[in-house]
Amino acid sequence: MSDLAEGRPAELTIDEYKSGEKPTWCPGCGDFGVLNAVYNALLAKGYNSKDVVCISGIGCSSRLPYFMSTYGFHSIHGRAMPIATGIKVGNPELKVLAFGGDGDAFAIGAGHFVHAVRRNLDLTYVIMDNAIYGLTKGQTSPTSMVGFQTKTTPSGSNDRPLNPLMLAITAGATFVARAFSGKPKELADLIVKGIDHKGFAVIDVFSPCPTFNKVNTFKAYREEVASVPANHDPSDKVAALGLANSEHPLYTGVIYEDTGVPTYEESLSKLHVGGEENRRKVIDGMLARYS
Amino acid sequence: MTAIHDIVIRVAGESGEGIQSTGILLAQAVARGGFHVITYWTVPAEIKGGHALFQVRLGDHRLYAQGDQVDILLAFNQEAYDLNTKDLREGGLLLYDSADFTPPETGRWRQVPVPLTDIAKNQLKFELGKNVVAVGVCSALFGLPTQHAERLLRDRWQRKGEEVVQINMRALQAGIDYVERNVPNREEYRIEAPPIRPNTIVLSGSQSLSLGTLAAGANFFAGYPITPASDVMEFLASELPKTGGTVIQAEDEMASIAMCLGASYAGRKALTSTSGPGMSLMMEALGLGTMAELPVVVVDAQRAGPSTGLPTKHEQGDLYLAALGGHGEVPRIVIATTGVEDSFYQAINAFNLAEKYQCPVILMSDTVLMMRMEAIEKPDLNKVEVIDRLLFEPNGHSQVHPEEGGFLRYAQTETGVSPMSIPGMPGGQYVATGLEHNDTGRPRYDPRTHSTMTEKRFRKMAHAVLDAPPPDRHGDPDAEIGIVTWGSTMGNVIEAVDRLAERGLKVDAIAPKMLWPLPDHQLRDFVMNKRKVIVVEVNYSGQLAQLLAARYRNDLVRLNTYGGVPFKVADIVNFVESEVAQRV
Repeated sequence: MSDLAEGRPAELTIDEYKSGEKPTWCPGCGDFGVLNAVYNALLAKGYNSKDVVCISGIGCSSRLPYFMSTYGFHSIHGRAMPIATGIKVGNPELKVLAFGGDGDAFAIGAGHFVHAVRRNLDLTYVIMDNAIYGLTKGQTSPTSMVGFQTKTTPSGSNDRPLNPLMLAITAGATFVARAFSGKPKELADLIVKGIDHKGFAVIDVFSPCPTFNKVNTFKAYREEVASVPANHDPSDKVAALGLANSEHPLYTGVIYEDTGVPTYEESLSKLHVGGEENRRKVIDGMLARYS
Repeated sequence: MTAIHDIVIRVAGESGEGIQSTGILLAQAVARGGFHVITYWTVPAEIKGGHALFQVRLGDHRLYAQGDQVDILLAFNQEAYDLNTKDLREGGLLLYDSADFTPPETGRWRQVPVPLTDIAKNQLKFELGKNVVAVGVCSALFGLPTQHAERLLRDRWQRKGEEVVQINMRALQAGIDYVERNVPNREEYRIEAPPIRPNTIVLSGSQSLSLGTLAAGANFFAGYPITPASDVMEFLASELPKTGGTVIQAEDEMASIAMCLGASYAGRKALTSTSGPGMSLMMEALGLGTMAELPVVVVDAQRAGPSTGLPTKHEQGDLYLAALGGHGEVPRIVIATTGVEDSFYQAINAFNLAEKYQCPVILMSDTVLMMRMEAIEKPDLNKVEVIDRLLFEPNGHSQVHPEEGGFLRYAQTETGVSPMSIPGMPGGQYVATGLEHNDTGRPRYDPRTHSTMTEKRFRKMAHAVLDAPPPDRHGDPDAEIGIVTWGSTMGNVIEAVDRLAERGLKVDAIAPKMLWPLPDHQLRDFVMNKRKVIVVEVNYSGQLAQLLAARYRNDLVRLNTYGGVPFKVADIVNFVESEVAQRV
């Protein structure tokens, strides 16, 4: 575990990162725990809120940026990843965190998710996974279990659930972790590790919806989750897939990490053979070529 | 015989056979000789195989349209002959590669075999030189002084060494020699060479537009390949990194536009380019751009739709989509370029408007214009004005609690434009959002907030319209007959107006550059005061006509074509004449 106090200026408190806007979540929502963990992770990093951008799509969890005093972009359903890509590439100095739910990331945003992952931008994507659509009042999601009964699947869902960790690892993610909103200290620590990882960090967080999901509850997760074995080597992709694939228990912690892949922004900046000062010269050169 | 002032040469054959390179070389060579030139090019949607043509129209005066009829047809094969002789004018000249086929004598045109393949393969032992032989053939016909083509070949191949230059020179000369020996009586194709115009460049519509975005300060591009918009992406992929800019090939068009919005939020000048199918996919995010008030430019190189439609064919069918597409009330600006030269300047205008009014701007071009090459006056970069967004002045405080008087990102102002912060600026923290929001950017759904914020977004448009670039005008301002058109169709209209004037009929034409919101101060008097107004556009439903009718008058006359090809000038001339005749 990294020391949460490391790098923290003495005068900072988590209030630095609070916006004063009251969260819109139901009482008992797992997302409160995630929000607190984000505050604590930023505090641990000691970031100035002006240098942080929190990006989200649409869904209950995607409201998170409003509760932050940082810069933020609450975008549209499924598009958090390309918005984040534009921001991070637009200014690589920014500390970029993205948030969203399982529907946002793995249904409408699934196409963007795999491409953001394979580009390996240096950002941290925290997915609040409650296996339900909450904001639309309880429909089945890509991580809902087979047989899961909702208003849109009254006879139980036929679609097999997607495994976010295996998807991320096979798409080429360089940091994949799982956390549980009911284990807030481990969650905050994992967010710090995700931020510290130089590359794309995926953190899938079990964040129960007490209102619409009576199956994937705090109680149910508490009985199933277990920290990754102490001897697990996160750089071992095959072992990581084994842990990711396990249903009993559901492992939390760093499942996979590859530190050897250059970030997208680094690769793009290597293409730069000049800067803004060259603009006139480049245009004049093109004009000469067409003469 | 009377002197001719312009001529149309069409090279036609199998796609992938070098039709395009022959045409481009020819266009560049004639431009160096001082001639005005405009090209027209169609290709099949398939990569190799299928019929392609490249048409070069050259003249001693400014040209605006591709030419209605072909004066000289160079057919590389039988299929080219079969498909193109219908456009060859009575008494024109047919040249055909005799290695491939021998057409029957029809007596309707003059026909001369040109053994292009044989000359290249057997005489020069340089099979790839067939295109350069063809350039020699064409330029000898209308009397282009040899040195222009020679200098072009030297410039083009110098880097590959003297040997390559020389073999191309021999190919050029072989084409010229063949014509001089075998095609007597060439006077009827000869055009008096105009004075050399030293400040001229030859480029395509997409190159001109791309250069314009560079001049406007673009430094971020995300896009997804699509015909006929990919040229912009390919151009910028090689040029933007030289200025520290970035090009990303996204996974789809939804991602392209979202990346641009993200980059714009982070302070970049961002654009994407696409065509109809991609435009359709971008609609939701364009609404986000309007709501979050982010500058972004979207190039829509229109092609014939709906759906996949005719991917390489021409249509002006996206105006409704550009102006009105999307759910809710989503005000945005639509700019249309009318020509190759204009594309450079409208790209700059599009960026300036996006930055000044913090909103998406759609820059409309079309297949014909993107692919057209023209010899234009080199743009003067010193005259380019670049406008940047209104920025918030950082107040030095790093932490903002909006309820305690934080940054008012969406502050109400007279113009609707609010100062904008960029991440990293202390005290400027806010959440850009697609939700309705108050002046700090917090979601609020009360009636007053939605009303005042809707008004703010539309108030920006009311001011932006006053910054509309001047429209193109052509013809007699006192004429009773008016034509309104847009995009590249203006070129065909200009030539029609001139031809009608020669026949004693006065017509006045206008093409607005800002299509949405409608620039009332440019259009109202024109549309209301002409006795008859004809709206000319390449679509079935008369999209501009409908927008004008809703605003001004419902007796507008429409002239439309919708076959995937542009208007012929004669079609417009005939229509206007028949409309005038109907009055009596």
